[in-house]
Amino acid sequence: MTLIDLANPTRFLALTARVLPWLIAATAILLAAGLYRSALAPDDYQQGATVKIMFIHVPNAWLSMFVWGVMSIASLGTLVWRHPLADVAAKAAAPIGAAFTFLALVTGSLWGRPMWGTYWEWDARLTSVLVLFLMYLGLIALWRAVEDPSRAARAAAVLTLVGAINIPIIKFSVDWWNTLHQGASVFRADGPTMDRAYLIPLLIMAVAFTLLFVTLHLAAMRNEILRRRVRSLQMMQASRVAFSSETGAGSREATASKQTGAA
Amino acid sequence: MTALAALIRRDVRIALRVGGGALIGVLFFLTVVVLMPFAIGPDIPLLTRLGPAILWLGALLASLLTLDRLFMADHEDGSLDLIVMGRTPLELACAAKALAHWLAAGLPLVVATPVLGLLLNLDATATSAVALTLLVGTPALTFTGMIGAALAVTLHRGGLLLAVLVLPLSVPVLIFGVAASQAVIVGPTPFGTPFSILCAISLVSFVVGPFAAAASLKHGLD
Repeated sequence: MTLIDLANPTRFLALTARVLPWLIAATAILLAAGLYRSALAPDDYQQGATVKIMFIHVPNAWLSMFVWGVMSIASLGTLVWRHPLADVAAKAAAPIGAAFTFLALVTGSLWGRPMWGTYWEWDARLTSVLVLFLMYLGLIALWRAVEDPSRAARAAAVLTLVGAINIPIIKFSVDWWNTLHQGASVFRADGPTMDRAYLIPLLIMAVAFTLLFVTLHLAAMRNEILRRRVRSLQMMQASRVAFSSETGAGSREATASKQTGAA
Repeated sequence: MTALAALIRRDVRIALRVGGGALIGVLFFLTVVVLMPFAIGPDIPLLTRLGPAILWLGALLASLLTLDRLFMADHEDGSLDLIVMGRTPLELACAAKALAHWLAAGLPLVVATPVLGLLLNLDATATSAVALTLLVGTPALTFTGMIGAALAVTLHRGGLLLAVLVLPLSVPVLIFGVAASQAVIVGPTPFGTPFSILCAISLVSFVVGPFAAAASLKHGLD
């Protein structure tokens, strides 16, 4: 089974119908385990219980960037390989990514109030994530502005690839600028600086959120394929109605002329 | 090369002609700056402190206003199809069109800055700092905005959608443009640091803008 086999939407629908229940179950189990381990994690000696916001905030923030990465690969699929499902993947991912980004901003702001003394600070990391959120919204607006999906897909693909420049800026903003937001503490050259008691629940939550994204993304892609089928069926129906009324009028005229001829 | 020079000359001439609409951007810039004291109040020290930010915002909005002219007029009279089909690489043609657009619509904004600086009570060094950052920064606004203009022309949508797509991309230019101007006025960071980042952003936009715009024209027009 390669990527090109999935180019057939029917085969994709059949495969995802079999995979989705397992994915949902795995997501639910991992989310439950991650939340349980997060609840059991000890309070921080400085931050107290608020450190547990991290187990929600950090996976959301990782995924906000990961989803844009997925959309960038899908956009390459649209522009370069012309994979028929690539634009479906890109379109379905945008609202999910916007939701993750929004949650990262909200949880971060709730965490910032007790720790930094402010809900919002115009520091490099926060600002660049806010710009990412605005770009998600712009992309959704672009998808919704154009009726023809394939035309919208190519425009959205170009915009997604241009916006991908923002991703490394977000990732390294805490290293390039001396900011209020702390630097990386998990993915570092010298290993994580976080205690195992926090690291293990965080990693479980990260995997659970990634699975959640995959589940939601596949479900949204199925919906999008079905929505496009409904749309093309409706258009076929409309054209058939228009065509039959035209021919109907023609035949009526023909019968009318026959009648006048008989008379 | 002669084809590109001819393209630039033609675009500048059309933009400066009656109905070209390039100089309306300057008028809009002036109006935005004049509106600010009405919103903030005629508080001269405050206006001086906000001066660079006001000038930069005005220039950003003014350059956004003229952006949809960049490809729309050529699309309407069919010459855009000729440019896309022509032997000149489309990326170079896009870069030439953006350069022409900047000459006709961006450069007048920079020229108008010293006059508008007087309205905001900026001294000579501050005004020249803002003018210098605008001189370096407005090409970046044009070249990133060109991506949005190309998307808008392929989608037959302009106006608000263009603004929503382009404004997030221009945030870094705004940040470092204002930061460099403020560095001259209040310090403490040296002017060179944000200014060289601004130059770097402009150079990156010269590369990314034409390629992205050409890609969206190639894939989007039919």
